[in-house]
Amino acid sequence: MKTDNNIYERYNRQLILKEFGEPAQQKLLQAKVLVVGAGGLGCACLQYLAAAGLGSIGIIDNDKVALHNLHRQVLYTVNDIGLPKAEQAARALQQLNPDIDIRAFNERLTVLNAIGLFREYDIIIDGTDNFSSRYMINDACVLTGKPLIYGAVSKFEGQVAIFNCSIQHNEQPVNYRDLFPQPPAAGEIDNCAEAGVLGVLPGIIGTMQANETIKLLTGIGTALVNRLITFNALNNQLYELQLTPQNETRNLIPVDIAAFETTNYDWLCGVAGNNFEISTDEFDKLRKQDGVLLIDVREYDEEPAVDEFAHLRIPLAKLGKEFARTEKDTIILFCQTGKRSAIAAASLATAFGETKKIFSLAGGILNWKQKQPA
Amino acid sequence: MQVEVILFGQLTDITGREKILIANVADTDELVKAIEQQYPGMAGIKYVIAADKKLISKNTVINEKTELALLPPFSGG
Repeated sequence: MKTDNNIYERYNRQLILKEFGEPAQQKLLQAKVLVVGAGGLGCACLQYLAAAGLGSIGIIDNDKVALHNLHRQVLYTVNDIGLPKAEQAARALQQLNPDIDIRAFNERLTVLNAIGLFREYDIIIDGTDNFSSRYMINDACVLTGKPLIYGAVSKFEGQVAIFNCSIQHNEQPVNYRDLFPQPPAAGEIDNCAEAGVLGVLPGIIGTMQANETIKLLTGIGTALVNRLITFNALNNQLYELQLTPQNETRNLIPVDIAAFETTNYDWLCGVAGNNFEISTDEFDKLRKQDGVLLIDVREYDEEPAVDEFAHLRIPLAKLGKEFARTEKDTIILFCQTGKRSAIAAASLATAFGETKKIFSLAGGILNWKQKQPA
Repeated sequence: MQVEVILFGQLTDITGREKILIANVADTDELVKAIEQQYPGMAGIKYVIAADKKLISKNTVINEKTELALLPPFSGG
């Protein structure tokens, strides 16, 4: 459904801006941005980026549209309820602008897909709704050297900033951890689902993210590099904060991509639930890395035997006593179906605190064996 | 001496105010202690301190002209 791709007509009103013009339009058309999260922030940001002629847009979100999203997630209609947000957003945007390339990733951003995906784009836009994703995105942007357009909302207030971007060559870029080094504990800060949000607010903040993206790509105006703006929708107060790199911040970010891929951000952010669980794919990737200890927590006589990789067998009941000290900094537990290893993971995590990374194979060894080539 | 502190996000819910006045504090460490005394709900809450619109990372001397703000992280999207 391509139009005649007449950029002079479609983008006329911004082309005639002498500060913008055709050079800026060409920069936008050649740019690639990835929007993580197609929620309130993502919808607003995406709509203006697509309209402005951002040449290549990626959208990653594993959520589905719900009725309570519609008061702020304006790309969706009641007909989209129950359907994947990434795909429905892409469809709506493609109707708005068929001349640009839009890719939908109907999956969750994880430590295993983040790096590869980020490398395909020039700029990453954070429109997520939880701290685990925000810290993961920040760290992945630092490791891949990608500028991050940050936006976040709560009730009536929003924050916008550009991280990991230096305009001058010798300038050390600021990242999210220079502002908030460590994630808050679970439940310490409410999210939209708990605290509520005025529908128009993510619209304003998401549109500001689109504006900063366009400014950064085209070089017009002064982008919000190394500065944070907070906006209060109730009283229209804007507060601007100058940010500076902090020495200790670098130590909080995984040293390299291998370390990033074994970081459990859900756990760092104290998210309750099965936050130790890893899929069979993640399991296979992790178990081949150095510094990883694998433990089978089934009873000694339980079948099937596992001879595909080296591991210890310490039944759950004995884990506390027998398992004393290990030099390895990552421990992966597995059992028959993943239940006992999840219990073991929780108790080891309590014992080791943040000194070790603990994982449990979801679905257990039975599920893993099923997925092996015959 | 009295300083004015601007609050953001859920800090305004905890204190019931958008701005608070804190007396007899000479630096930001004393400020935090005084705030937690006056508003016990603020203890253990995560926020950063800005003095004159600059993020501060270590104890900083303040006076009545210092523009102080406390900002919590937001996660919503």
